[in-house]
Amino acid sequence: MKAKNFSFYFGIGLLSFIVLVAAFAPWLTHYDPIGQDLLHTLASPNSHHWLGTDNLGRDVLTRIIYGARIDLSIGVLAVLFPFILGTTLGLISGWRGGWFDAILMRIVDTTIAFPFYVLAIALVFVVGAGPKSIIIAISLVGWVAYCRIIRAAVLVAKELDYVHAAKLSGLPTGRILRRHILPNVISQAIVFSMSDIVLSILAIVSLGYLGLGVPIPTAEWGSMIQEGQAYILQQWWIPTIPGIMVVIVGFSLSLIGDGLVKRLNK
Amino acid sequence: MSDIVLSAHELSKHFVGRQSLLAKVRGQDPFTVPAVDGVDLDIKAGETIGLVGESGCGKSTLGRTLVGLYPQTSGELSIFDRQIGKERSLEERRAVQMIFQDPFASLNPRMTVGNMLKEILLFHKLATKEDVEDKSKELLTLVGLPTSALKSHPRQFSGGQRQRIGIARALALQPKILIADEAVSALDVSVQASIVNLLLDLKRDLGLTMLFISHNIAVVRQISDRIAVMYLGRIVETGPTEEVFANPQHPYTKLLLNSVPKMTPGSKLGEAPSGELPKMQAKFVGCRFRGRCPVAVDACATTDPKLLPVKGSNNPDHMTACLLVQ
Repeated sequence: MKAKNFSFYFGIGLLSFIVLVAAFAPWLTHYDPIGQDLLHTLASPNSHHWLGTDNLGRDVLTRIIYGARIDLSIGVLAVLFPFILGTTLGLISGWRGGWFDAILMRIVDTTIAFPFYVLAIALVFVVGAGPKSIIIAISLVGWVAYCRIIRAAVLVAKELDYVHAAKLSGLPTGRILRRHILPNVISQAIVFSMSDIVLSILAIVSLGYLGLGVPIPTAEWGSMIQEGQAYILQQWWIPTIPGIMVVIVGFSLSLIGDGLVKRLNK
Repeated sequence: MSDIVLSAHELSKHFVGRQSLLAKVRGQDPFTVPAVDGVDLDIKAGETIGLVGESGCGKSTLGRTLVGLYPQTSGELSIFDRQIGKERSLEERRAVQMIFQDPFASLNPRMTVGNMLKEILLFHKLATKEDVEDKSKELLTLVGLPTSALKSHPRQFSGGQRQRIGIARALALQPKILIADEAVSALDVSVQASIVNLLLDLKRDLGLTMLFISHNIAVVRQISDRIAVMYLGRIVETGPTEEVFANPQHPYTKLLLNSVPKMTPGSKLGEAPSGELPKMQAKFVGCRFRGRCPVAVDACATTDPKLLPVKGSNNPDHMTACLLVQ
C-alpha cells in the first residue's frame, strides 16, 4: 500500500522541505532579502551568492526563500477562506434546496462569468495593493468551486439511508449536517483545494508580475520575475528560478492531491 | 382498542410534480402521483404485519410515510391513540423506527458502530456517559454481533452483519413499532434466513411490533401474523396470514398467491396478473384493479370498493376491498 502511494509521500516531502526552508529562513541565510549591495549587482552564481545577485545586488537565493514565505502563506490563506465559506454555503444550499439554493446558484453563475483579473484590479484600487486585497479578490471568486462541489455531493448524500436514519432518530439538522453529511462529502473539496492552492499561487504571481501584488521591494516570486525579465538574455536565472519554484510547488501539491484521492476514497 | 399501537385512517401520500410558471398561470392541476391513496391499517401490539404487493404499488412509500420520512398528504395517523401531526415530537419519532433495505447505504461509512449507537443513545437520554458503552454492547449482543464490533467501521462488515447493525440502531431507541422496508431483499438467501430468524427471536423475546414490507411472499408468510395486500396505493385485502393464504378473497390476492412458485414437483405456475400495473393517476373512478381483473362486472367501473369484512367468513379480521365478495 505504501509503495503504491509513493507519489503522495514524495509530494509531502518536497513541500515540507520548501516550507521548512522558508520557516527557518533567517538561520539559513545571512543576507537581507531587501538589502541592496550596489557594488555586486548582477553577479553570476558564485560561492557567496549561490544563485547570483539581481540588479540591485540582492541575493537571489535569499529572495527566493523569503518569497516562499509570502507566496505560500497567501496561497494557503486565499484557499482557506473560500474553502470554509464555499463548504458552508454548499452544505446549506444542497440540504435546503428551494429558494435559497436557487438564489445562491445564480450568484455562483454570475461569479463564474465575471473575469477574475478585472475584479482583482478593481479591488487593488479600492483596498490598495498588498496581501489583503489579493486574499479578498481570490476569496470572492474561489468559494464558488467549493460551493458547487459540496452542493452536488450533498444532493446525493442527503438521499442515502444513513441520513434518513439520522433524521428518524430525531437528531437536529445541524448535527446531521456536521456528523453525517460533512465527513462524507468533504473529501472531494479537500482534494480540489490542493490544486486550488496552485491556482491561487499562480494568481498571486501573476498579480505580482502585473505590479498589482505585494508592493516592492518585498521579496515575492511574481515581482522577482517581473523585475528580472529585463535581464533574461544575460542573467537568465534571475527571472527563471522563481518561475521554476512555482512549478515545483505546483508539482508537489498535485502529487499530494492525487495521493489524497487514493487515501480518502479507501 | 388500546392494544392498537399504530393506526392509519384514510392515509394518503401524493407526490406532486413540478409545474411550469405557464401551467400555474393557466391554473392547471399539477401532475400528481397518489403513491399511497387512502390506506386504513391498524397494527396491534406484538403482532407482525406483512405488507405485500408488486413493485410500484406504494409499499415503501407507505412505510416511509408511517415513520415520518414523508409527510402525509391527508388522512390520520396515530400512535397509541395520539394523533401525529406534520411535525413529530422526539418521542413520536422514537416510537417508530425503520430497518432499511440496502445495508450498504444505511450506515454512515465514516462513523464507528460504537459512535453511531452512542450518539443516539445519549441524544435521547437512554444512557448516561458512564453506561453508554455497556448499553451499546447489550444491543450488539441482542442482534448477535460480537461486542468488539463497537470499534469497527461499517466497511469491515458483511451485508448480513450490517443489517444486524441497522437493527441494533433501530432497537436502540426502544421503538413501539419497527418498520422493516424490504429488510432482507438485498441479502443472500442464506443470510436472509438468519436475519428472519433474528427478527423472529426479537419478536418473541421483546414482544416487538413490526410492519414487514416485502415483495417476497414466502418470507412474509414465515414471519407475519397478519398480511396486508397492497395494490396501487390501497390495501385490497388483509387478514390472518394462514387464513389469507388458504382462502384468498380478492381477485388480485388470488393471482398474486398463484404466481408464487410451489415446492411440489410437477405443479404449474398459476396465471400471473395479466398486463402491466396501470399508471398512477390523480383520480381513480371505480375499482383500481378492474382493468386486470378476470371477474370484473359493470359495477366495478363506478363503485370504489371499501375495505370491509369478508361476507360469510367466521374471521372478522379478514377484510377485503372487492364488491363481489362483500
